[in-house]
Parts: sequence; C-alpha cells; structure tokens
Amino acid sequence: MSGEALEGYRGPALEVLRRFSVRVWSDVEIQGCKGTFRGVVLPRSETADDEHIVLKMHNGYNIGISVRSVEHIRVKGYREAHYKIPESEFPTDPKKPNVTLLGTGGTIASRLDYRTGAVIPAFAPGELYGAVPELADICNLKTKKLFGIFSENMGPLEWITTAETIGREIRNGADGIVIGHGTDTMHHTAAVLSFMVQQSPVPIVLVGSQRSSDRPSSDAAFNLRCAAYTAAYGEIAEVLICMFGPTSDRYNLLHRGTVVRKMHSSYRSTFRTIGDIPIAMVTPDSVVPLKKDYRKRRKDRDVVIDTRFDDRVSLVYYYPNMKPDIIDSLVDNGYAGIVIAGTGLGHVNKPLYKPLKRAVDKGVSVIMTVQTLWGYTAMSVYDTGRDLLEIGVVPAENMLPEVCYMKLCWVLGHTKNPERVKAMMLEPIAGETSEREPPNGYVVLQGGIPEVEEFLGRHLL
Amino acid sequence: MNGNEETNFRELGLRCGLEVHYQLDTQKKLFCHCPVGLLNRRPDAEIVRHMRPTLSELGEYDGTALMEFKTKKTVRYQLYYDSVCTYEMDDTPPFVINREALKIAVEIALLLNCRIADEIHVSRKQYLDGSIPTGFQRTIAVGVNGWIRFSGRKIRIVQVCLEEDACREVSDRGHVIVFRTDRLSTPLVEVITAPDIRTPAEASGVDREIGRILRATGKVRRGIGTVRQDVNVSIEGGTRVEIKGVPRTGMIERLVRVEALRQKGLLSLRETITARGAEIKTPSCDCGDLFCESECAPLRESVRRGLSVGAVAIPGFSGILHRRISPGKTFADELAGRVRVIACLDDEPVLFFSDEKAPCGSRPGPKEWEAVRRRLGVGKKDPVVLVRGPGEDVETALSEIAARVEEAKEGVPNETRQVLVGGETDFERILPGPDRMYPDTDSSPIPIAEEDVAAIRKRLPVTPDRWRKRCRGMLKPQTVDQLIDMECIDRFWKILKNTKCDPKFLAYTLTATLPALRRAGCDILAVKEKALVKLFLFHAGGNIIREMIPRALVRIASGRGYDDLSADIDEETILKAVERNYLRVNGRIKDRRKLFRYLVGAVKEETGFRASGRRVVWAVQSHEGLWKLQTEERR
Repeated sequence: MSGEALEGYRGPALEVLRRFSVRVWSDVEIQGCKGTFRGVVLPRSETADDEHIVLKMHNGYNIGISVRSVEHIRVKGYREAHYKIPESEFPTDPKKPNVTLLGTGGTIASRLDYRTGAVIPAFAPGELYGAVPELADICNLKTKKLFGIFSENMGPLEWITTAETIGREIRNGADGIVIGHGTDTMHHTAAVLSFMVQQSPVPIVLVGSQRSSDRPSSDAAFNLRCAAYTAAYGEIAEVLICMFGPTSDRYNLLHRGTVVRKMHSSYRSTFRTIGDIPIAMVTPDSVVPLKKDYRKRRKDRDVVIDTRFDDRVSLVYYYPNMKPDIIDSLVDNGYAGIVIAGTGLGHVNKPLYKPLKRAVDKGVSVIMTVQTLWGYTAMSVYDTGRDLLEIGVVPAENMLPEVCYMKLCWVLGHTKNPERVKAMMLEPIAGETSEREPPNGYVVLQGGIPEVEEFLGRHLL
Repeated sequence: MNGNEETNFRELGLRCGLEVHYQLDTQKKLFCHCPVGLLNRRPDAEIVRHMRPTLSELGEYDGTALMEFKTKKTVRYQLYYDSVCTYEMDDTPPFVINREALKIAVEIALLLNCRIADEIHVSRKQYLDGSIPTGFQRTIAVGVNGWIRFSGRKIRIVQVCLEEDACREVSDRGHVIVFRTDRLSTPLVEVITAPDIRTPAEASGVDREIGRILRATGKVRRGIGTVRQDVNVSIEGGTRVEIKGVPRTGMIERLVRVEALRQKGLLSLRETITARGAEIKTPSCDCGDLFCESECAPLRESVRRGLSVGAVAIPGFSGILHRRISPGKTFADELAGRVRVIACLDDEPVLFFSDEKAPCGSRPGPKEWEAVRRRLGVGKKDPVVLVRGPGEDVETALSEIAARVEEAKEGVPNETRQVLVGGETDFERILPGPDRMYPDTDSSPIPIAEEDVAAIRKRLPVTPDRWRKRCRGMLKPQTVDQLIDMECIDRFWKILKNTKCDPKFLAYTLTATLPALRRAGCDILAVKEKALVKLFLFHAGGNIIREMIPRALVRIASGRGYDDLSADIDEETILKAVERNYLRVNGRIKDRRKLFRYLVGAVKEETGFRASGRRVVWAVQSHEGLWKLQTEERR
C-alpha cells in the first residue's frame, strides 16, 4: 500500500490502518472497546497527531477515534471524494471586452487541503465560471495560472514573471488585466508592478478575498465581479487594488497600487488608501471615480515593461533601543539599500548614527520613511532629523515603507550610483509620493464618539 | 390522546426522531469572548451580506443551498457593540473553543450514555438562509451511539453535538431578511435521537425526558428562546420531513400528529393522481396583458404597478387542489407555501386558483380565466393558478409550482417545515443532506483526554431514571417527574434523608403547597433548605401537625417563628374539648357518622389545629356519647 493511499497518517495510526488494509476514503466499520463507528476514513492533517483516525460519519460529521481503542476495522467499500467545482467552458461574446485573469494563488480561489487541514489555492477558468457564472455577463475571460502559492511566498521571480506576462497580454490585445492574489502581500505586489509596468493602456487590477471561496459568505465572488468590471470597462489605466469598501456587500474601492495597505488581519474591508482618498468606487456594473488625476485608458498597446530589480534591500522597522549591529550586519552582508521605517517624522536613536554613516560611506542607499504610515518625513524639524540628513539618509517624502522597499529594489536594479538612486527615489513614477496630502486623506473614525455613532447608526458598516 | 389514536399512528407506521436543542449556561459565547444574552434596544449598527452556495467536502452542491441561492435574499444583520464582535460579523476567524461549554457538552453526552469522541472536529453546517453570517454553523460531534430509557424501552441517541446558536429573525419580507445577532454563537447542545418514537404522545414524552436529563446538569439555560426542538416525522410510504424550531414541548404532540396526517393526505392524493392515470403537464405562460382591466383588484393593481402575472395550468388536478390533506390545509396551501419561500412572493393572496370560490372583486372573472386557458391551451375543467410579482420571481414561482406538482406524484417531498403560530406548519426549505457538512478549515482537531472524561463521569448528576428508582415504593413516578420538573428533587431527597418524614407529604408540600403560597403572594424564596429541614424534623417528631405546615411556611417566609403552632397540647385538653362540644350538640345530631365528623372538626378548631387529626379522632371515638349511639344502631 502506498503512502499516498494513507495521506497524512503516521506512526501508530498508520500502523493500525495498514494492519486492517484500510485506505483513505475506505468506508469502514471500526469496532473498539468503546463501541462501533461507521464512516469514511478521511485523510489526516500532517500537523495533527499520529494517534487518531478521522472518520466522516454518514451524517456528515467528522470525528477522531483513538487508535488505542480500535480492535477491528472492517472495510465495507470505498468512496473517494472529488472536490471539483462543476466546470463548464467560459462563454465568449465578441461584443464584450477581453480580460485576462492571472492566477498567483491566495484565498480568491481556494479549496480544502486535507494534508494541512487548511485551504490551498485552486484555479481554473472552468472552475471559476462554475463558481461565479456572473463573470460571463461582464467580459470574455481568459485565465492563466502563473503560480499557486500563498502571497507571503511571492518574490522577485514571481513579480518579474507577472510583469512580463502582463506586458505580453496587453500587447496581445487584452482590454484589461485582473490578477488573483493573496491579500497579505497584495500591496507589495501592487507597488512593484506599478514600477515594473509603466504607461499601461489598460487597467491592471489586483483582487483577492478575505473569506475563502469555500464559505457561503465569501467576498471572493463580489470582488472578482468588481475587478472584472473595472478591467473590462474602467477608464483608470493604472495598477489598482480592488477590494471591499465597507464590510457589508455594497461596493468595492479601487486603490492606487502605490498608496494602499492591508490594515486589518481579517476584516473584509482591510485595504485602505493611505494619505489620500481612493481612486474610485466600483460595483459589478459601475466604476465611479472619486479622483480625477489618473492615467486614462488608451487604445494603443505601448506598455513599458521594466523589470530590472536588485533584491539586496532590507526594510528595517525602527524601535527604541535598536542596537547598531542590526545596521552593521546588513552592510556586512552586502545589502545595497536600507529602507528605515522611522518614528515620528523620520527618526532613529543616536547609537544608529555611526553604523548608518558607515553604510552611506560604503555606498549603501539609506532611505527614511515613517512608521506612522500617514504623513511626510520632515527631517529638518528636530536635531535628530538634521543629523541624519547630515549623515546622508534620504527622506522619502510620504512614501509608504513597503512601497519604498519595492521602489529601492527597482531603482537599484537600474543604478548603483547613490546620487542617481537618490534622484530616482524622489522622482514619483506611479503616485508613490505626492506633493500634497488632502485634508480628507486621513480619516480614521473612532467609534464611541456621538457624531461617529450617529453616522454608523444611519449607514451600513 | 386515547388508546385508539395511538393504535392508528402505529398502523400508519409513524417514525419520529427529535433534535433537541438547549443553550448552555456559560458566561461567554462558543468561539469568541462576547457575553451571552439578548438585547432589545435599538441596534447600534447594521451590515449587509449575501450568501452563495459552495461545494461540500465530497464535491457536491447541497440541494438546500442551491434552493436558497435561488431566493436571492439580501441579509441585514443588526449589531450591538457590547454583544457582538468581529467574530460574529464573520470578519475574524474563531478563537479557541469555550472549554466550559465543551465540558458541559461532554457531561450531557455521558448522561445520555454516549461514546465520547477521542478527538473532536469542528464542522461547518451550511445554512444559506442568512441566519448565520458565515453561511454555516460551526458544530462538533461530541458523543455518539447513546440511549435513554423511556417507557420501559431504549430510545437511541444518535449523537450529541456542541454548536453555536444562530441569529434571531426580525423580519422576512420579499427579498430582504433581517436578523439580530445577539443570540448568535451562544453555546448550544443538540441531542439527536434515532427515529424510535412511534406515537405523537411519545414524541413529547421523550422530549420531556431529554429535557429533564439535560436540566439535571444545572448548566443549561431556561426561559423563552433557550430551548428549540426539531422534529423529524415520517409514516410508512412517506418521507422524512423536519419541522424546525418548535419552541415548546407542549406543541410537539400536535405537530407530529398533524404532520403524520399531512403525509397520509399526500399519499392518498398520490393515489388519486395515479388512478387518474393521466400524464401530468404544467404548461405556463405570461399573461399580465390579460389583466389590465381585470375585475380582480389585486391583479389589476399589480399590472398597473408594472409587475408580471404568470399562469400555470395543472391538468389532472381538477377537484384535488382544494381537497383537505391535513387539518385545515389543502394542496393549494402547499403550493402557496413553496412559492412564498422560494420566489419571495409574500403579498396575499400569493396564488389565485381558478377552481376556488371567492368573493367578487377579489378573483378574476370567468371570461378572464377563459382567456388564460386559451393561451395555455388547456381544457375548461383544468385548474389554473395565477401568480403576480416581479418578472424573475414570477418565473421562479411558476417553475416551483411545476416542481411541487411533479413531487405530488412521488408522494411526500423531503422538506423542512417551519412552525406557524397556530401550531400549523408551512414549507421552509428542501431538507438538507450530509453534503452540507464541511470541515472547519479555521480550527484544528481537539483531543479529548480520557482523564478529563473520567473526571466528569465521576461527578455526574443523578438522572431522572435513577431518581425514579430511588423513590420506587415511596412516590409514584409521576410525582418524581413533577419534583424533577420543578427542580426540587434534590431538596426533596435531602430533607427526606435528614428527617425521615412522610415522602408523599413532603413531595406534596414542595410541589403543591409552596407554589400555592407563592401564588398567594408569599415570598417562598426566603424559605431556605435549612429551615425546611428543621420544620420537617419538628413535624416528624410529632411536634407540629400536617395541617399547620402551610402556616409555619408563611411564618418562615416572613422571618417569624412557629413555635406557638406546635402540637404540645395534652390529652386532657382534647378530651375536655370533646366533652364541651358534645354537650353543646345536646342530642340534636342523631346520626353517628355526622356527629363524629362534626365533633372532629369542632375540636380541631377549638384546639387551634395544634392537635394532630389522629389524636382528635381517637379522643372523639372514645367518647361515651358515640359509644351510646353505636349501641343504639346495633339494636
């Protein structure tokens, strides 16, 4: 009997199953000192212990039985599960725009994984159509699976592949691109794509879901529909993130790829534009721009793909009492760039001056951002800031730390000359810094305040 | 219920199983740290969600799930900041399970003689009706294969589950359903019996017995809304139908009876249809244009508002639609129930029937029916049904009517029915199958340590069955049940052990006297167990007579003593009182029995009820006047 047939089982549990010639998906009757159980043997999660057999009883409930109590197992049949969304060919309509959906993995298309007991990404156009048939009312959808990984495993190779694929798809006539992506690092990918894919004539929309698509309350279908509509008909030809506006199923927001951040570990409406207002509101049949200064959709196919990238960059989140060796070790390990998320207006403690000076002297680009996320660096206000400027630390205006990391990697892919690096870092490419912060760019309402409660009482959360 | 009826249900092949739900009395909810409790003030905020069907673990779509997707409801959830967190809103994954609740569930499973799972797995049971924001209920099989004793036989317990409660429904109109989330996620046990129940009376009996067992733990919640039963009913040739959310044990018997009769009615309907032999067709059409000038006001009004009107003919059903299939309900009601739920059409009347007698102006005229029939291409006698509403809903309605008519050929459709106010039921949804179960990918399996189970087993409370055995020969089983139901069996037993008083009299005091005093406005909560033990010791020692106990209780409740009520009255005084009263009668009562009764009463009163009845009787019987009368009688 192959190990495959007893997925996930180890040790005593595996031994017992083997002894009675039981496979995973066997329909069995287990007799033990405490009674008889009937059901189908399920695969076991690899992270679970090796002392229990998991049975799906005939009423659908799962139960774990200790192998120590098992006296005999009788195999009565075999009922393998085929977890498969009913597939059907995605219908095409020459009158509808063509959208390419690139799959990278993540919760937007996921299924149960018995091996880990959690969900794993799954993705196929037919499946997608089977699960969200409404997509066919919006556009002709072509899908391409690039990878099937959780977003925390994305890296330069994946970013470059994605950017190049986007370029090809646009040149081949796609009217819009949708990228299915895990939400954890969606804003990192959005940022790097904003630098790697320039002057796109069509919208490039990243979309994911905060509740996996195997749950009835999933936000995946709504997000996908909104993203597909944005890609097919939206006028905003930029890299965008399309996710829930409020937690209610009402509308999505489009966020510019360089000023957006995941702000809650589990909320549906986790993505927020930082320091500005979102670009647009979107529903499965409308895009309503909130901002005017965006790149417009064009008919041409003249997209610029520039994927030069140097990943010898680190993002250092400063905390009081940080020791100099943190910076020293980066320099000694050959890092070419350091992005600091400093306190307040862009500060670190005195002990870091020396290692930072050493870094700059060795040609390492050191860029300062703020860990407050909102607001600009302003390093001439306090002595600390001035000292750091003196050392050669470059303040990055109001660029978000993660965006700054991506940009520095990209810039270092183009030049190692510190002066050139500084100039390129401060020259906005895709709205990553802005000259002004509008007064409504920082709206973090606090519950409990009477006027906020009045607002919440009148509007859906 | 009489013996005859019981036999009838047995002959029908009634099979009934229960799913008994009790909320657990924990401080916090099952998967988060919100407090348990209901609120009735204005909600603080609202969210809106929609539900989509998803695949089961075995790769199937569940029938109910698909039906509910068809209904396309917008679900609004009312939130309270203090009783709901982001977990209930489905914006945060579950926290670690409430250990206290798990312990109680294990205790209950043990009381029901279940085999406890060695490792529990959280499952998701899909509910697309919106009653749970996630679209599924997190539920755990804690114990399986148990049993309880009932009327001398075993009723099998299939499973005991620990699960989270759903939301409270506030309203359901058209395509919008509103829920209140305070109750959501309250820990709940579900006890599922096998279909071993054979009569309606047994159904309520078993429910009561399970309730007694669960309450023995002292850890289940009491009060309105904390208990809900689902009742599964089928008869020979019928199908399992689930009646959901029965709020009171008292309703179960009637519901089971009505459902059994409904299934019998549907089976006889099937016979009629089969006997007619005709193939069933259900042609339908759109016919709004025929009702612009209709004499039927609701239809005319609907057309004027731009709504659609659809018609479907059911040839082969003439004379059947309005035949009664269960008390007060017809096949036409079955159709209307289905349309109301699935097509979300709830403006009354939901359906218009061509063969229905109705007042002028509320139904289309003969000519209008004629025009519809012509369009449908059916004969004069074929019944036609009209439905009005938004176009898409009317389409759904027509296909649902066709589907329900098709099911009539099969007999009883597999469905879930909801309980209406008057004890009737109406269609709720297609009965879900095991396909709606899915493992909860947000939680890991939890091993249940044998030592923990053993520790709980050691401290199990006494079950009703054991109480009945303990009290055998002392009390009737019904009296024991009464003590259990009134939650004073423990008190009864302690007092009995401590005082050795008459168990029947003690039971009567606890179940009848004390409640009567409470009704009369006496604060019986102030009567503590200790005081009761003292009182009954006093009584058992012959220091206070039975008749004085209520008075003594009133005294205790108001914090006063009852020594002056004691029976320290001597023989002499009693005998003197007998003599005095005998002289007062002065021979006016000739009948010996009457004289005896009079004297006993009078003496008791005169001695302030402090002398026990037995002593008074003895004193009266031994009075020479009575002896005299007796001798006269003999003569």
